[in-house]
Amino acid sequence: MRLDNLKSSKYSNMRSSVVNSFFALVFSLVLGAVFIWVTGYSPFETYKAIFGLSFSTIKGFALTLSQATPLMFTGIAFALAYKVKMINTGAEGQLYAGAMAAALVGAYVTNLPGIVHIPLALLVAFIAGGIIAGLVAIARVYTGASEIILTLMLNNVIILFTSYLANGPLKPEGSGVGQTERIADSARLMRLVPQTQLTIALLIVIAVAIIIQFMLDRTVFGYELKVTGNNRRAAEVAGINVSKISILTFALSGAIAGMGGAAMVLGVNYRFIEGFSSGYGFAGISIAALAAYSPFGVIPAAFLIGILRAGTITLSRTTSIPIEFVDVIQVLVIIFVAAPTMIRQILNIFKRITGKKKKNEIAGGEVQ
Amino acid sequence: MEKITKIYPGTVALDKVDFFLNDGEILSLLGENGAGKSTLMKILYGLTDPTSGEVYYHGEKINFRRPVDAIEKGICMVHQHFMLVPAFTVTENIIAGSEPGKNGFVDMRRARKEVRDLISQFKFNIDPDTKVENLSVGEQQRVEILKVLYRKADVIILDEPTAVLTPQEVDDLFVILRRLRAEGKSIIIITHKLKETIALADRVMILRDGKLIRDDVDPSKVSTNQLSEMMVGREVDLQERRPAKNIGDVSLHVKGLTVEEDGKKKVNNVSFDVKAGEILGIAGVEGNGQTQLIEALTGMRRVDSMELLLNGEKITGTSDRFLRAGIAHVPEDRLSMGLVKEMSIKENMILGYHREDDCCDRRGVLKRKEINDKGNRLKDQFLVKAPNVDAKIDELSGGNQQKVVIARAFSHNPKAIIIAHPTRGVDIGAMEYIHQQMIELRDKGAAILLISADLDEVKTLSDRLLIMFEGEIVSETMPGELTDIEMGLLMTGGHSMIEEE
Repeated sequence: MRLDNLKSSKYSNMRSSVVNSFFALVFSLVLGAVFIWVTGYSPFETYKAIFGLSFSTIKGFALTLSQATPLMFTGIAFALAYKVKMINTGAEGQLYAGAMAAALVGAYVTNLPGIVHIPLALLVAFIAGGIIAGLVAIARVYTGASEIILTLMLNNVIILFTSYLANGPLKPEGSGVGQTERIADSARLMRLVPQTQLTIALLIVIAVAIIIQFMLDRTVFGYELKVTGNNRRAAEVAGINVSKISILTFALSGAIAGMGGAAMVLGVNYRFIEGFSSGYGFAGISIAALAAYSPFGVIPAAFLIGILRAGTITLSRTTSIPIEFVDVIQVLVIIFVAAPTMIRQILNIFKRITGKKKKNEIAGGEVQ
Repeated sequence: MEKITKIYPGTVALDKVDFFLNDGEILSLLGENGAGKSTLMKILYGLTDPTSGEVYYHGEKINFRRPVDAIEKGICMVHQHFMLVPAFTVTENIIAGSEPGKNGFVDMRRARKEVRDLISQFKFNIDPDTKVENLSVGEQQRVEILKVLYRKADVIILDEPTAVLTPQEVDDLFVILRRLRAEGKSIIIITHKLKETIALADRVMILRDGKLIRDDVDPSKVSTNQLSEMMVGREVDLQERRPAKNIGDVSLHVKGLTVEEDGKKKVNNVSFDVKAGEILGIAGVEGNGQTQLIEALTGMRRVDSMELLLNGEKITGTSDRFLRAGIAHVPEDRLSMGLVKEMSIKENMILGYHREDDCCDRRGVLKRKEINDKGNRLKDQFLVKAPNVDAKIDELSGGNQQKVVIARAFSHNPKAIIIAHPTRGVDIGAMEYIHQQMIELRDKGAAILLISADLDEVKTLSDRLLIMFEGEIVSETMPGELTDIEMGLLMTGGHSMIEEE
């Protein structure tokens, strides 16, 4: 009986955040439809274009997943740092650093078999992102500097520095845009679906999510991490090295974001291209929120956002509907996720109007 | 209030309780945690509705829906945790929420005058222009009381008003409350401290398990033991001394401990020994170096000088080292230092001991089954009342939270243990239980250092008694050698006077 209780208690917690995120999505789609309709476009056409792509063809589905992959990396990065109550707004910079590192290893370390080359490039990207975030965490822990300000400033430094490299010393001859040499074939990630950009990067990020989730739930490090995040003082009393845990966690967060950059270089662009990220770092923040800061929850959350992002491509190609509506819907999702009480109240209003038992079931998990 | 019943899902919090309050009296509401005191007050204050029953105020039937309604009628509550803005002045805090003035402008001149008048009317002795962050805890409480007086309260409910006060501040508070009574205000105080009830109240009302036990107890005619018996429903004796029989060799040896903070010596060259199988009590008014002493003895802060030997072995380093060496710690504030309230009972039961072999394997993976079993075993052994070990600490009462801390520290067979304020804010049943456990642990041979602001607790439990004042040990006696008055004097710096006599 105790085991049953155990499971149900954990389960209801999880269910409540799933319900919350689900309704956040539903409400934002509904409200988004209203906006689209008010501005004189057809919500039906819009949603058909957005969702049609992901669910009508395998290629479309693969496109969605490949769009979602870097978001998964940055989403996990943010969710992990959040567990020690630190805010990693630097995923964007760490992503660029990781991408540059992977591009260098991919292009200049040659004559390696793929089985060595790919892990090496990923590892170097992991280290690059980790060192950058680790330095920020050290400054935070020992001097009390705000990690938010530091990472935001560092983002500019890193993005501009990598741009300089791509436009200056590392620019291939004859190239018109800021980019580095093409990486060796041995460093390319294998494709999961031919003629798409969906590569084994997806499997790698899912593995990362599982490992991080396992670490949090089952290991001493994860336990100390959670204690530190929830109550630093109690962690100190219990003999936990709070500084060490904070620095390691934040560095790990940066390292995962760095791997996201490597995935883009090794799987999609095959080189470092200036300005390659379309805001992956910051999208990670909203995805982590949508996932209720659960590393594994980031995977489906990023997939949902990936649908919207991939949808913009068909939206601009097949209709005249402005693609900015997709941004509007994304922002609405975040607003709703950030306000679980609002969702509960909206559900309560529905409940009062309909008075049906069905609604009771849905809201039941949350009210308690 | 007549026949108030309040049913929460699964429990009857109040069962047909009648309640009355006369003008100009101080009523003490007694009961263990969960007896229904807070629920009754919440109904009176409009925070929740009764399931059935009616509330009358000055003969008029009332139905408060929100606390604001109650405040309008002159029923106000002073909460246990102060709700003040530290960066605001006394005046600004008092008027916040009902600022005088119009058109969105605050008439500060009028506000200051009104506050000044109130302060002089009740002789509160506070400067209305100091910032709240510069006030002592006792003064902050006076600001809270001023807040309700400013809102023209006639009935004032005080929730655990003395929990955070020093003995001197308690006396000051009582003077103020008596003055308020003389002005015709009615006061309800909710407290666990029976001595204070007897000293202050005109009438005592006792609740147990949601039922009214008595509402006509005359505090001048009963003893604290009789009161606690009425509350718990059985005989409780918290005053009985059970001195140690088998005191062994010196276990914890502390020499020359000095801690400096902000240029002041918070602990000044303190030395003492705790023997195995002995409880050494340290009494003192809070803020006289106890916190720094505890932190030094548990490895939580760097000290300027200290020699600490545990069974002859020198111990230095961080709190981790101290814990592993066998010096356990029951911290002074369970929620901010001892527990992680977002985590489950079983996760809290291993906190600090989670690196030991019964919790994790060599790769650093936690043993889930063992942790679960251990949680269940300790929960049953230490009588923690909770549905299961996965319940969050948040969901437990203060007494049960403290039992989790006690269970964790006591079950790891500590050689020595530093226990700070073990029964602060817990009810009598839990207090009795925790005291029993401490005595059992002592009789198993542990060296116990007890630091408590509760004079009765230190006197009853200690086998030897130190008094601390301004970072120094000013007296070492056997319990019973000093009267309360002498102890009080020593605690407030009167030691030189006694020595001279």
